[in-house]
Amino acid sequence: MLNAKLDLMPESAPSLRSHILVSNHEMRPLAAGALYWEAEDTLLVADLHLEKGAAFAALGMLLPPYDTRTTLERLHKVIRAAEPSRVVALGDSFHRSHLAESLAEDDLAMLIRLQQGREWYWICGNHDPHLPACIGGTICTTLTINGITLRHEPSGNGSGREIAGHLHPVARIARRGSVIRRRCFATDGNRLVMPAFGAYAGGLNVLDEAFGSLFLRNRLEAWMMGRADVYPVLGSLLLPD
Amino acid sequence: MARAESKVKENPNDVSATASLALESPQAALPEPFAGWFRKRRWHPHAHQLELLAKVSEGRDALLIAPTGGGKTLAGFLPSLVDLARQGHRPKPQARSAIHTLYVSPLKALAVDIARNLSTPIEEMGLPIRLETRTGDTPPSRRARQRISPPDILLTTPEQIALMLSHKDAAELFGSLKIVILDELHALASSKRGDLLALDLARLRTHAPELTAVGLSATVARPYELAAFLVPHKGQTTTRLAEIVTAREGAKADISILKSEAELPWAGHSGRYALSEIYEAIKAHRMSLMFVNTRSQAEMLFHELWRYNDANLAIALHHGSLDVGQRRKVEAAMVAGKLRAVVCTSTLDLGIDWGDVDLVINVGAPKGASRLAQRIGRANHRLDEPSKALLVPANRFEVVECQAALEAAEEGAQDTPPSRPGALDVLAQHVLGTACAAPFDPDQFYREVVSASPYQGLTREGFDKVVEFVATGGYALANYDRYAKLKRTPNGRYRIAHPKIAQQYRLNVGTIVEAPMVRVRLARLKAGALKPASMLAPGRVLGEVEEYFIEQLTPGDSFAFAGEILRFEGLRELDAIVTRTHTTEPKVPSYEGGKFPLSTYLADRVRRLLAESGSWSRLPDQVSHWLRFQADVSVVPGPDEILVETFPRGKKHYLVCYPFEGRLAHQSLGMLLTRRLERAGAAPLAFVANEYALAIWGLNDMGEMVRTGRLDLTKLFDEDMLGDDLDAWLASSSLMKRSFRVCAIISGLIERRHPGQEKTGRQMTVSSDLIYDVLRQHEPDHILLRAAFADAATGLIDVGRLNQFLQRIRGRIRHIALSQVSPLAVPVMLEIGRESVPGEASETLLRETVEELIAEALSGHAQRKA
Repeated sequence: MLNAKLDLMPESAPSLRSHILVSNHEMRPLAAGALYWEAEDTLLVADLHLEKGAAFAALGMLLPPYDTRTTLERLHKVIRAAEPSRVVALGDSFHRSHLAESLAEDDLAMLIRLQQGREWYWICGNHDPHLPACIGGTICTTLTINGITLRHEPSGNGSGREIAGHLHPVARIARRGSVIRRRCFATDGNRLVMPAFGAYAGGLNVLDEAFGSLFLRNRLEAWMMGRADVYPVLGSLLLPD
Repeated sequence: MARAESKVKENPNDVSATASLALESPQAALPEPFAGWFRKRRWHPHAHQLELLAKVSEGRDALLIAPTGGGKTLAGFLPSLVDLARQGHRPKPQARSAIHTLYVSPLKALAVDIARNLSTPIEEMGLPIRLETRTGDTPPSRRARQRISPPDILLTTPEQIALMLSHKDAAELFGSLKIVILDELHALASSKRGDLLALDLARLRTHAPELTAVGLSATVARPYELAAFLVPHKGQTTTRLAEIVTAREGAKADISILKSEAELPWAGHSGRYALSEIYEAIKAHRMSLMFVNTRSQAEMLFHELWRYNDANLAIALHHGSLDVGQRRKVEAAMVAGKLRAVVCTSTLDLGIDWGDVDLVINVGAPKGASRLAQRIGRANHRLDEPSKALLVPANRFEVVECQAALEAAEEGAQDTPPSRPGALDVLAQHVLGTACAAPFDPDQFYREVVSASPYQGLTREGFDKVVEFVATGGYALANYDRYAKLKRTPNGRYRIAHPKIAQQYRLNVGTIVEAPMVRVRLARLKAGALKPASMLAPGRVLGEVEEYFIEQLTPGDSFAFAGEILRFEGLRELDAIVTRTHTTEPKVPSYEGGKFPLSTYLADRVRRLLAESGSWSRLPDQVSHWLRFQADVSVVPGPDEILVETFPRGKKHYLVCYPFEGRLAHQSLGMLLTRRLERAGAAPLAFVANEYALAIWGLNDMGEMVRTGRLDLTKLFDEDMLGDDLDAWLASSSLMKRSFRVCAIISGLIERRHPGQEKTGRQMTVSSDLIYDVLRQHEPDHILLRAAFADAATGLIDVGRLNQFLQRIRGRIRHIALSQVSPLAVPVMLEIGRESVPGEASETLLRETVEELIAEALSGHAQRKA
């Protein structure tokens, strides 16, 4: 009986669970949209999309140019709170590779400051396949830590054991006539897709076809981002867009 | 009798009895062949038609104010027809290369309707005049031809004029424009479309300085505002006015309030209780128009009426979400006289003549005296017969409102919304459009912009900020000089940086930002197969509904739409797939309140009607008993005071107040008061608002708190709530985000469509909510946030109205502590549960979802074990 209860809702009601298990590794999702892997003292973020505003400006839409600063400030806050010894950005950190070179001086300085005293990895994404060296850190295509592979696009292979970004998952639920749509961590316990961190990064419903066969449907959970907490919601309660 | 021959439907000159109203010898004023044409039909021109002709012929800008059925349209066109006929009699020069008259209407359908009606006199008199329409539906090939070989008279919409003005040949195309006719001006002015139109009019005057503007309007409260719209101004100091020509008032309308045998509902907006009486009224008339305030109400009443329809009367449905083809079918049947009744929304409000309507039924409260007058004008489209109207209040408060509206109509009182400063997002769009046509000189262009009446008060600094916004985004700390859309030329002019900017502008022109819509598509398979939406074969489109409505539905829910009850099967791309169902009780779309808030003027009349107990005898017995009962147990508020009642109910304590300022202002007030009550320690839980009242409930006894001095009502209702509290609330308000989205789109910050991406446009967008958050954090004074606030303040959050209210009641708060709910409070208390909770609501709901899930999971397990 105890086991069955654990399957459904591992921690005691009504307090919220605070950890996601990915292939039996405990990960703590933070309301800011980052994932903290305590055992490895590693902080994961995905899809920062820095300089997205500038990329749009080049197309004739002069969006407020403060998105990079906003994203970096959020990142600063979450790093100050967790003080991890390692940070991994899971790709699409820049909206365009070449825009990383024209980062405003103070933004670049802030980015370099954040890296001080810790390991920093940039995993390349489809938006930023050719990152320049001037942004510091180690540039790589994938990274494996303690059997868990960190990559930009989820691989879709059966074995799972990976944490990825790329898809910008959001979850939608309806309660008492109101609809709530939030960025979320999507997982089935074996694979996890991170929410996008960037200020201008949009979202894609976790029930969209793009998530296809990434998750075992009956084990899918969406950890929806609240203001201060992250709320785990069972896949069966989610609505499509 | 002559009416049957006439194709110009609005012309009322069909009865020889009107001869006494005409000038002594109309032939003297009307040149041939017009005098002959009138004579042949035994028509006499109206005094106002001749007066307008005389003024416009002298080149004076003029506003014609005429009630529905006053021959307004023909009057408006006579000066153009006469002038063109005169030119045509001269030996014909080469083909004209420019437009003579522009006619602008708020509705595409109206332009098309007028074109059809106008072609009859032109053909019958053999006038050498080419007349064409140009709307969003006009094929690109014809639009291109119209620019090369323009017609004499072009009938079009404000958006199309903006488009034509953005082309390089605009100066040539409009260079010899003589007359602009602005139809239904009352419906356009004081809106963003009106702002765009005013700016375009100023632009047209730059191209054609001799231009004469003619405005046509229904009766309005402040005609001078419309008269100011038509003339060019020189900055703030002078206010010139166009000449005003007023047509004789039509016969007084015959309005009555439905006296129902049934019990009057305490709350709700359906009007369902009176259906059998409504049906009898329809039976007793040739053709009835039944106006309701929202689409969902139209659906519901249409559906219910057919249940009563034993005689199988031809009753149809018409509202803006229905498929165009279906709407046109209904309209054609109306004109042909094949229908007995049409249930409709405001889409039928404007001046199109739909045939022989002899009764207008208005279900629900009319919300404004002018709105009611317009709707009533739809019946008997003739000046000399009284229009007949039946008001059907849907609840007790609406009875009072209907009575106030009826008395206003008897006095001919009007309450058109007051004009407000021109919107800055619209100006931004116009700046870009102007640069697309040719480089502009900022000094000259500023003078042109402030010559438009909505922008008369715009400072040079404000103007420069808008230009800067268009050029580079106008951000304080960082800038986009390298991506600038406008660049300075060596002589100080602004030009577009790249031709593709013009392409972008043209794809995004206009001020109408629709809520995102979803097509409702009927699946070809029968329901019940339990197939996912993606497996059903798609069938025909029934119409469109707002995305937010579909968002509330889960597959399997039923709702009324297009006069049928449909089952929602699921979404596929932008289509909501539905099937027909035999359910008799649909899950009707949640009612959104009256879309139009109660007008300030009418609210004032309602308060006075309530305050004078002597006037209650004019109300139905049920309502006057209700008010007397209220006077016994509590008080009925005086016209200038606010009544605040407190009472316990269940385990909660309630505070109910009665501002009569409309739902939007009440919702804002509710948001602000709950914040303050929270700080005062009243532990408020939630609130609910209707058009007349606001109820807040909490854990602590607010009546007791007032008595012991722990809660000061004067401080609670102090105007300073519009400072920090308002700011704090707006930071997270979804209403501000909605306003911001509209401003961002109109101003061109984000695009509706991007060149080459018309179909996959979604990928090109950044959510306006995300932009709002970032901009508000870094540059709270940005011009676009100011524009969004200005919109919300007059619209969604109605702060302007709230401000007036707080000033009005200063020192006039009357508190009554009761032991139980008062009669006056019942209607608003019945709304509880229909609305969602404020503040931390979505966090609470998220937490609840998780907790409920836990409970479900555990109980599910217990059952299995058993």
